[in-house]
Amino acid sequence: MTRPNTLPPGRNPEDRADLLRFLTCGSVDDGKSTLIGRLLYESGLLHTDQLDTLAADSRRHGTRGAEPDFALLVDGLAAEREQGITIDVAYRFFTTERRRFIVADTPGHEQYTRNMVTGASTADAAVILLDARKGLLSQTYRHTNLVALLGIRQIVLAVNKLDLVGYSREVFERISAEYRAFAAELGITEVACIPISAVEGTNVVTRSVRTPWYEGQSLLEWLESAEAHDGSPAGPAHLLVQWVNRPDGSFRGFSGRVLGGTLRQGDRVRVRPGEQESVVERIVTMDGELAEAVGGSAVTVVLADELDVSRGSVLAVGTGVEAADAFQAHLVWLDEHEMLPGRRYLAKFGARTVGFTAERPKHRIDVRTQAKEAARTLRSGEICVVNVRIDEPVAYQPYRLDRDLGSFIVLDRVSNRTVGAGMIDFALRRSANVRWQAVTVDKRARTTRNGHRPCVVWFTGLSGAGKSTIADLVERRLHGLGAHTFLLDGDNVRHGLNSDLGFTEADRVENIRRIAEVAALMVQAGLIVLVSFISPFGAERALARGLVEAGEFCEVYVDTPLETAERRDPKGLYARARRGELVNFTGIDSPYEPPAEPELRLDTTRSSPEQAAEEVLGTLRGLGVLDTY
Amino acid sequence: MLSYLDRLEADSIDIFREAVAESERPVLLYSIGKDSSVLLHLARKAFYPSPPPFPLLHVDTTWKFREMIAFRDETARRLGLELIVHRNPDCLAEGINPFDHGSARHTDLWKTQGLRQAMEEHRFDLAFGGARRDEEASRAKERVFSFRTAQHRWDPKDQRPELWRLYNTRIGPGESIRVFPLSNWTELDVWRYIQREHIPIVPLYFAAERPVVERDGVLIMVDDDRMPLAEGEVPEPRTVRFRTLGCYPLTGAVPSQARTVPEVVAEMRTATTSERQGRVIDRDRSGSMERKKQEGYF
Repeated sequence: MTRPNTLPPGRNPEDRADLLRFLTCGSVDDGKSTLIGRLLYESGLLHTDQLDTLAADSRRHGTRGAEPDFALLVDGLAAEREQGITIDVAYRFFTTERRRFIVADTPGHEQYTRNMVTGASTADAAVILLDARKGLLSQTYRHTNLVALLGIRQIVLAVNKLDLVGYSREVFERISAEYRAFAAELGITEVACIPISAVEGTNVVTRSVRTPWYEGQSLLEWLESAEAHDGSPAGPAHLLVQWVNRPDGSFRGFSGRVLGGTLRQGDRVRVRPGEQESVVERIVTMDGELAEAVGGSAVTVVLADELDVSRGSVLAVGTGVEAADAFQAHLVWLDEHEMLPGRRYLAKFGARTVGFTAERPKHRIDVRTQAKEAARTLRSGEICVVNVRIDEPVAYQPYRLDRDLGSFIVLDRVSNRTVGAGMIDFALRRSANVRWQAVTVDKRARTTRNGHRPCVVWFTGLSGAGKSTIADLVERRLHGLGAHTFLLDGDNVRHGLNSDLGFTEADRVENIRRIAEVAALMVQAGLIVLVSFISPFGAERALARGLVEAGEFCEVYVDTPLETAERRDPKGLYARARRGELVNFTGIDSPYEPPAEPELRLDTTRSSPEQAAEEVLGTLRGLGVLDTY
Repeated sequence: MLSYLDRLEADSIDIFREAVAESERPVLLYSIGKDSSVLLHLARKAFYPSPPPFPLLHVDTTWKFREMIAFRDETARRLGLELIVHRNPDCLAEGINPFDHGSARHTDLWKTQGLRQAMEEHRFDLAFGGARRDEEASRAKERVFSFRTAQHRWDPKDQRPELWRLYNTRIGPGESIRVFPLSNWTELDVWRYIQREHIPIVPLYFAAERPVVERDGVLIMVDDDRMPLAEGEVPEPRTVRFRTLGCYPLTGAVPSQARTVPEVVAEMRTATTSERQGRVIDRDRSGSMERKKQEGYF
């Protein structure tokens, strides 16, 4: 065997910083290992003793007769040789004049999908291999989907074994067109398709005369020109704290990796989770202190202030990094035991391991069609979109921005196995995901301290009926008695909380719903809440009543005839409504539903506001709200 | 932008910190070779200004080159690190050696069984090793954090998926993790880093005149008088150096004129043989490293 040498003497290509990490994937027997063996061989990386071993192994295990079987270079495990398949990821290194490569050779067998995901998680580019005789197989779809999901945007389709279809241009172009159409559905518009024969070396390193109709790059040329990045996010720097460095009482540093841009002495940093801030006082390394540390550096940072920073904290410049304890995520399941919604797992985010629960999947993704399917659980190799919750907040960024802070692994509490891999889409703040927090200082405790029971006093009636006047007097009396009160007035609330609402029926319903919720919270706070709202519909008043306990709701119907209210017209609204300048005005062109059984009905044509206020206090006493007054 | 060696260094430091933060009783398997020297240097960088928060463990076979032992003791003293030397007492009692018992049994009993004994005796739950993926086909399949059962077994078919930089370090009673911070380094990277960082290494790596005999095409240095010579075999002085270091009767020298680190680096660039070609133990049988690893060899 001769050894081609593509490295001219005197050059030191290993001095280049340029590194491309890529993976190869495909179905069983598509020829991945052979391809990598061929790349290693052709790039002159194999040593003579390795070639001797290969020749000996090829005679014993090979499938190529007297020819070397390149697959045996990478399938190094005994079980792999027995079965002629790749079981686990193999990482191989090679260097050309233009750059360095780390290739993850990943298995095609469906049961080893987790190993394929492992290889993809650190790759910049993917080589999807297929057999020209078979065309696109389910593994082609699956692998392309996984590769896209993990954020790889540079894909080359290597149409292998073209020698076995007579180097047919027609076969190659049909497969390429089919694949490009599929990739486009995943949003991947740039796909290179290369006709190759790994066994014969066609278009692997150099373009071959066997495919005169092919005008694109060889596989190696494509790999040499693909875009490499160091996996670090764009934007301001942040440091993921891995270890708190305390050699003695005089030094407290935070050791970790700088992610993103450059971290400088004097930078203001925020500690996530949390809101504490400090300044980078020193950047310490064994080689001396640094004025600045570029992205990717492993350093130790000393802050100007004594803050509560621990393993898993993130020191962030700028505002990009936040913390959350609930996320929507894409989840890939890796274990034979299916994922069960509601089960307590552990998850590792950055340098923090926390309790983890997934909800029922929103949908599972069919890796072939991209279709969203209903799913109750998740089996090995399946992908879903799911809401997840963790026991404490962690610093994060969405995966598409930051692989380091956007990824997590799920661990089984009993077996300790790595069972899932997740990518954060975004944090959840919706109320559906917020559990009611149990608190020690509860309504009972507040009632004891306040000396009165909480209550909603709900004044309803036409505009101008006198609700706000009476409510104001009631509050003054209660305040004078030492009770804890608050007055919610319809007009005032519409200036703030409900400023987005109009006066349509739907908006009026929403107006009352919000106020009812606020009033109920204030009851939790132990207050006597006075609500002064027209609240024309019985249904919404019933809703407000339903949000608090029996005995905590006092409906006061301020019963003033329309003509009286219209005659008073304190805000001039009736006049405008009559002129048609206001629509949906209660009593004019919008109905008012009087309460059937209010706790109290006030007839303002017969009593003064002061008398009415006294009646309200009497009713509250009757309800036991003011027992000790 | 970081240079390639800077990136390798940062990755390794990352791995050291992660492993130490997540283990109870870590240890560094110190085998005195160039990879161990680089490993130790990276460990000091990872935790500076603290000293590396773990001891060194040397599983000694009593058949190492004398220069290695001298260098080992000097290194521990110079850096002020705790050094644990474990010699398998059963092997000592039975006088296990590569000549009478063969290289395979010698290596299994002294190194594999010796390592298991030391791990259990000191209840280490995590051990750093200097293995690289470019060394051997089964090592190319190894994770950075490699799980071992309570019986110290490695199951290549059931390795934990290793995604991004998120390493699963959870283990049960008796189980352990082997961690390989140099996984993505190549032999040439190691040498260039030694050059850049001025890392001390055993002088056996540099060419010098040494007494050697040639056996089965391998140049064996006669390091002491325990080595039985065949009839007519006379150690000859030859200018040689070593690419890897192990037990002296099992480690082949290579003819070389490279007497300094830059000369070694230059020689590496034009080498046509692999680093382990001088390792007798790798060649016992095809796939022998994998079998040794399954038994608990690191």
